[in-house]
Amino acid sequence: MNIPILLFASYAEAFGAASIELTLEPGATVTDLLDRVKAMAAGAVLPPAPLVAVNQCFAIPGQRIEPGDEVALIPPVAGG
Amino acid sequence: MRTALVTRPINASALLAEVTSPACGATSLFLGTVRDMHDGRPVTGMEYTAYEAMAASELERIGAEAVARFDSPALVVEHRIGALGIGDVSVAIAVAHAHRAAALDATRYVIEALKQRVPIWKREHYADGTREWVDPTRPRAGAAS
Repeated sequence: MNIPILLFASYAEAFGAASIELTLEPGATVTDLLDRVKAMAAGAVLPPAPLVAVNQCFAIPGQRIEPGDEVALIPPVAGG
Repeated sequence: MRTALVTRPINASALLAEVTSPACGATSLFLGTVRDMHDGRPVTGMEYTAYEAMAASELERIGAEAVARFDSPALVVEHRIGALGIGDVSVAIAVAHAHRAAALDATRYVIEALKQRVPIWKREHYADGTREWVDPTRPRAGAAS
């Protein structure tokens, strides 16, 4: 399944794009997705345990990603 | 309760007027403003960006939590995104309640949760022309722990 991943702020800058697309096995989890992103050259920008949002809610590592989910990598937040 | 991401200047007086009522004996206002210095480096401005859809819904969840936890105060939160100058208000939280404890506690709850959970980022512009994304999880060189 092809999953677009939204990128923001420092991550968008590191990847040079506002989103990337990965092809994941059916049943893939947030951890599987992070392993793939970390293996990319620009993945060096990620901290050891990056935040991931699925459908605009923070996700846990074992959470499965379904086709059509809105997935985003969330850099350390700095509002306020 | 109302929460919003805005691109226009925040009007603190309007927020106060929105929450205050004759039933409220206490009104609390928190303003976050852009500082002219960060870890000893002169700052000339700040650029706020957000994952807008999620930031709006997360802000609304936090507002609802504060209303539920602190005895249903009247509460309004606005966070500004875009280019801000020194002294500009980036976030405002206005809370009114019959009593001060609920108003103050709800205000504190919202700003602390916002800083932990709302997907908003800021890039500081320095006097020397450089720019940097602020990462609160990474202590800077020379910064006090």
